[in-house]
Amino acid sequence: MKRLIKECVKGITKENPTFGLILGLCPTLAVSTSVINAVGMGLAATFVLICSNTIISALRHVIPDRIRLPAYIVVVATFVTICEMLMKAYAPALNVALGIFVPLIVVNCIILARAEAFASKNPVLPSFFDGLGMGIGFTLALTLIALVRELLGTGSVAGFTLAVHAEPITMMILSPGALLTLGILIALSNMIKSAFAARKTKP
Amino acid sequence: MDVSKILAIAISMIFINNFILSKFLGLCPFLGVSKETKPAVSMGLAVIFVMTCSSIITWALYRFILLPFHIEYLRTITFILVIAAFVQLIEMVIRKYSMPLYRALGIYLPLITTNCAVLGVTILNVDNFFVAGKAIKGSFFYSSFQAFFAGVGFLLALFLMSGIRERLQLLDIPEHAKGIPIAFVIASLMSLSFMGFMGFKF
Amino acid sequence: MPMKNNILLSSSPHLHTAESVRNIMWAVGLSLLPAGIAGVYLFGMSAFWILTAGVISALATEAAIQGLTRKKISLCDGSAFLTGLLLAYNLPPDIPLWLPVLGSFFAVAIGKQIFGGLGQNIFNPALVGRVFLMASWPKYMTTFTKPLAYDAITQATPLALLKEHKLIEHISYLDLFLGKRGGCIGEVCIAALLAGALFLLVKGYISWHIPFSYILTVGLLTYVFGPNGIAGGDWLFHILSGGLILGAFFMATDYVTSPLTHKGQLIFGTGCGLITAVIRLWGGYPEGVSYAILIMNAATPIIDRYTKNRIYGT
Repeated sequence: MKRLIKECVKGITKENPTFGLILGLCPTLAVSTSVINAVGMGLAATFVLICSNTIISALRHVIPDRIRLPAYIVVVATFVTICEMLMKAYAPALNVALGIFVPLIVVNCIILARAEAFASKNPVLPSFFDGLGMGIGFTLALTLIALVRELLGTGSVAGFTLAVHAEPITMMILSPGALLTLGILIALSNMIKSAFAARKTKP
Repeated sequence: MDVSKILAIAISMIFINNFILSKFLGLCPFLGVSKETKPAVSMGLAVIFVMTCSSIITWALYRFILLPFHIEYLRTITFILVIAAFVQLIEMVIRKYSMPLYRALGIYLPLITTNCAVLGVTILNVDNFFVAGKAIKGSFFYSSFQAFFAGVGFLLALFLMSGIRERLQLLDIPEHAKGIPIAFVIASLMSLSFMGFMGFKF
Repeated sequence: MPMKNNILLSSSPHLHTAESVRNIMWAVGLSLLPAGIAGVYLFGMSAFWILTAGVISALATEAAIQGLTRKKISLCDGSAFLTGLLLAYNLPPDIPLWLPVLGSFFAVAIGKQIFGGLGQNIFNPALVGRVFLMASWPKYMTTFTKPLAYDAITQATPLALLKEHKLIEHISYLDLFLGKRGGCIGEVCIAALLAGALFLLVKGYISWHIPFSYILTVGLLTYVFGPNGIAGGDWLFHILSGGLILGAFFMATDYVTSPLTHKGQLIFGTGCGLITAVIRLWGGYPEGVSYAILIMNAATPIIDRYTKNRIYGT
């Protein structure tokens, strides 16, 4: 059980898909204009990640090595289509807000990378937790970026307006703002990581 | 077929809605391949080719199979399978007929399959040029040109970035900003500059 | 027997001038002075405070970042001063002071320091600051005032009027040349700018290649693609309007962000001119100088690579 928790937590901290592994950047930048959208995308991706990790792990001895990439894609695409249809039915506003990035979960580097690197080589239960951890890590990272962008770019977050009366920085909710925020946050996370590493090696 | 509309699509795809700098599609290869110019240009050309051809095939697929049989919800699965199959086919053909070309492009082709950009442009075509379940007039040409110019925009961003990153190696960048962060800052500034083309009217 | 060594050995080069980064920076600052004085005369004290705010913020940001990263604080080399000044020259004359402060901060921090400091940036820092302000607070950045009015009557710039196909009355070429029109603080008085540019050209601090190719391209394209079909465009109006003269002589010629060879510089200038003309003629914005120069800055490493002089023997 302890091992399973460890598999889960690593996706949130040390091997965070966005800040550590630098994967799944496309939706990260596009969807982080609002916290609500970010959480929605994160949950959708987590759903697909858990399902596909589990199934691919269960089938890992059955899928021939030569066609494993198309096989993974079919599995992931199936769950993405299910997710798309569920969203259209129960959260249509979110579906419109996320737009093209819902079907693009299929080619989200995180899902295929975890399938290739972990699910295809590990049993079902650890794969489930790996997917869960990576999904949560991705959602947290996405939400953090969206928090920064929405707060600075519009002065309000998820409907709660900031009390301070200042002009919002419109650039933050545009493309350059996304790229800049991500760049600076990755630099900061590098700084934090090396500070932790330095503390560990101190006698 | 409206020439000014095609020009507007070109400016839109290359500058205003640049796939990498505005739409953020295709970032993984952008960061991975943009360190040197030669691989960057090879990747860019391969992307243009795959994007245009996939676009044509998926357009036909959507128009003649998915729409008439009302199975549009299979769009995602069928498009990605078509793209994957096409890339596999191209890789085999290139490998057989031109070893030097294969050596130059070969390793990038599988990367292109899982590239948001190619799937992205095929879905964008469907969203832009099919209205209420029917193809608008000239839809085929607009779709193909949109895909082609999207690829050109991808190549341009990659090309410029590779030149800049080659120079970065000589600079004294702060320790934690080296590599990925500074690449994002540069992309951010490039994205800002490309905003100058907004509101283009021909 | 010990021999007194009277021979002094040193390696080439043996000529020494009083040139240094500092001198060049301050020379450019001096050449920009007439334009700044003209701007303050035309638009009043608010312009002066904007210039001051821009410069102080740039110096403060540079000092803070260099202090935090434990580098030598090099405010005296004049480059931060110049960045702040040039940014402020590119701003409308009656905006709240927090705009030049934030703009200069962004220009120095993101446009220059994160690349490693002086000589290492890819993009012109002052223009980086300007497009940041433009993208973030467009409303403020597009509100201009009437010159010589001193009580903040808003007036559209000549290029903005042109973009909206409105009639441009009461503006003669002489008005444009002297700066009697709406616009940014440092860009309006062409006479003052040209005086400063002449000083830099004569002293050899800038070469004619970039300004010449830039201005020629803009003039040519705006002449050919006139409002009534091919040819007949008002090229003189275009050359004297907007930020072209300021950009071509003082921003596009920045050593760090433009090509090294003369051939490369001609390509650079032509590219800037092409993009500027295209944006002015068909784009959504009335002025494209900042964007054109930044895009060509991004292309400079590539231009340098393909116009490198062949080293003898290779």
